[in-house]
Amino acid sequence: MQARAFRRPAAALLAVAFAVLPATGAQAADSARTSGTGGSGSTTSHPSDPLVWGKLLYEEGCASCHGLQGQGIAPSPAIKDSGAAAVDFEVSTGRMPLGTIANQALRRAHSLYTAEETQAMAQYVATLGNGPAIPTQQVQGWENADMALGGQVFRTNCAQCHSFSGQGGALTWGKQAPNLMKATPTQIYEAMLVGPNNMPKFSDQTLPPAEKRAVIKYIEFLRQPDNPGGLDLGRLGPVSEGLFGWFGGFGILVAIAIWIGVKAK
Amino acid sequence: MTPTTPLGRTAVALDERFAGAKGMRKLLNKVFPDHWSFMLGEIALYSFIVLLLSGVYLTLWFKPSMTEVVYNGSYMPLHGVRMSEAYASTLNISFDVRGGLLMRQIHHWAALFFVSSISVHMLRVFFTGAFRKPRELNWIIGVILLILAVVEGFAGYSLPDDLLSGTGLRIAQAIMLASPLFGTWMAFFVFGGEFPGLDFIPRLYTVHVLLIPLIFLGLIGAHVGMVFYQKHTQYPGPGRTNKNVVGYPLLPVYIAKAGGFFFAVFGVIATLGALVTINPVWLFGPYVPNQVSAGSQPDWYMGFLDGAVRIMPNWEVHLWSHTLSLNLVVPAMLMPTALIGLVVAYPWLEAWATGRTGEHHLLDRPRNVPTRTALGAAFLSFYLLLFIASGDDIISTTFHLAFNDITFLFRVLIFVVPVLVFWVTKRIALSLQRRDIDRLMHGNETGNVLRLPHGEFIEVHAPVNERDRARILSNPAIEPLPMPPATDAAGVRTPNYRAKRLQAKVSHFFYGDRIPMPSAEEIAAAQAHLDAGHHGHDELTH
Repeated sequence: MQARAFRRPAAALLAVAFAVLPATGAQAADSARTSGTGGSGSTTSHPSDPLVWGKLLYEEGCASCHGLQGQGIAPSPAIKDSGAAAVDFEVSTGRMPLGTIANQALRRAHSLYTAEETQAMAQYVATLGNGPAIPTQQVQGWENADMALGGQVFRTNCAQCHSFSGQGGALTWGKQAPNLMKATPTQIYEAMLVGPNNMPKFSDQTLPPAEKRAVIKYIEFLRQPDNPGGLDLGRLGPVSEGLFGWFGGFGILVAIAIWIGVKAK
Repeated sequence: MTPTTPLGRTAVALDERFAGAKGMRKLLNKVFPDHWSFMLGEIALYSFIVLLLSGVYLTLWFKPSMTEVVYNGSYMPLHGVRMSEAYASTLNISFDVRGGLLMRQIHHWAALFFVSSISVHMLRVFFTGAFRKPRELNWIIGVILLILAVVEGFAGYSLPDDLLSGTGLRIAQAIMLASPLFGTWMAFFVFGGEFPGLDFIPRLYTVHVLLIPLIFLGLIGAHVGMVFYQKHTQYPGPGRTNKNVVGYPLLPVYIAKAGGFFFAVFGVIATLGALVTINPVWLFGPYVPNQVSAGSQPDWYMGFLDGAVRIMPNWEVHLWSHTLSLNLVVPAMLMPTALIGLVVAYPWLEAWATGRTGEHHLLDRPRNVPTRTALGAAFLSFYLLLFIASGDDIISTTFHLAFNDITFLFRVLIFVVPVLVFWVTKRIALSLQRRDIDRLMHGNETGNVLRLPHGEFIEVHAPVNERDRARILSNPAIEPLPMPPATDAAGVRTPNYRAKRLQAKVSHFFYGDRIPMPSAEEIAAAQAHLDAGHHGHDELTH
């Protein structure tokens, strides 16, 4: 029945149109942001004052949910006291503006804003209330931090959700502690500072900047692909080992048994 | 005739002193039946040998001590960290002992395969009925070996005192604590005080390298010895009866096959040990009781217990200021005890339901004993569901599902799926029997359609070959025991009436649904019909 319907050229055209429409629609939405008034991946014309620019970007991309004063429009949270660090974290990881409706904002492969745009928005939001600044200074020097200390802090405070290898883990009701392998040092620092979503805030009293930098150092170590034991099986622990053991190793042993046991003819 | 070769002279010299030639000749001429599924137990034996060899190597450097030391080895991310000597020596083996990491990985992969092969071997034994009289005792030895293998594996997983193994031990201790009445006492006894304490790792080491391996050696000897003594079972086939063994002699065929297979098993394990990481203890870090990692799972063979605990509702009963933790008592104590009890009792249960006392040396084809096969499949589905439930967090993150929903789903599936699997498996087995009988009576479809001179079309059927015929005819088509009469003709009540009635009911459950085998005359008539060229189904030719 389906096949016959497509023999009519008009129907086929219609079907193609329906298939393509959502995609172009989405594209249109994204390009509206980049080429519309005030907005811009194109750096040709934007206000030279970052605060003015940031305000424009904020009103265009954020205010419809978080309110013109960052007061929040239910169910969206108030962000006036979130500070520049939170804005930089959420926008640079592509979690904001919100994409798919899920139980939590999900990381995008690429942020929808350029670094300058993000900076401008972050600076503007910082003027709305009291919140932590982008920890550019504090991150400095993480390369020389104490990795062993970082490992201990990581295992005490982070591993219970992000897992021993930083691969992430499950939280309740479909929420997840994300995989940390793509996070930049600044983003990791910001996450500890502002505690996005279900994550607790780690103030400088609980976790001094030196320890935060040590954690960054350890996570950067975990990102290295070198694995002394060979294939790392995703560093998921015994689940992936068990699967590989059954289907990879034991499967081969049974195949050999069948081969040896084949009747000599 | 005196032998001239060095080997021959040695053999004669030995025989002159120990008179072993006669026994050896008998042993080497012993015939074993041939089938790939008979080699699954061998994988277990060979993994065990690999475990012994690699384990000895590891003992040369492992220090089973909870003494706190500061790590100064070559793994930089843990430099200067305080840890137990057990963990430090495991890191030392992994990074500073030549071939140490390879041996650790070989040992761990071999352990996984050891338990895998025992499990699969037992499934083969179960589904083919090899556990029946006279081999019930060997079945029980097998069950004990499996349980010991799991305990031994868990002990080995716990020894390095890393964060993952410590978490596992914490759960083991919690299960001990949850035991009614003596739980607290037992946990303090086993750990020598509060968890984790200093005593447990050295104690576990003795259990892991001495106690259980010794029991293994004894039981494996008994297990293999009994297979020799009672003779190996064989699959039905032409010329194979309950009173013979058709196969090849130990020398040279099986010595060569088994020897080669040993090296193949060793090779696969060594290759995995060299190429694939298992248990990267250095990433877990040392065990500290206030730390835990997401994705903490046990090795696969403990997965079903972990899964059961994960999906169990959080039920507790408070009685006279005592807490009965049903959330651990049910999934971690009652459930495994019930499973083991069922497995141990099964040979007697089935024999009782069958009501016969004969010996069985010819294996069953699983389809010919539909209820046993269905029970086995249902058991397996129950086990697998618990096993999968143990990875609920990984399922949750990999497939973006809420693990609250997954947990709820498993709570339903664990009761529904085994019943469905039982029913479906039984129907499939019965249908396969019908197909067998159909092939026996009407022959195999050849796909050739013949047009007869008068215009009729028939499909040509070929008689089944000798091997298939013997296999199909091996169907015992066991009948259920009849209901006993309540009283005999004289009106005297049947002795043990209730027990006999229960037996008849169980027998009906096992054998009530059966496909009767055609009688010898019917088979002969069908054969004559096929031979005479009247091919095919009657429906087609009429």
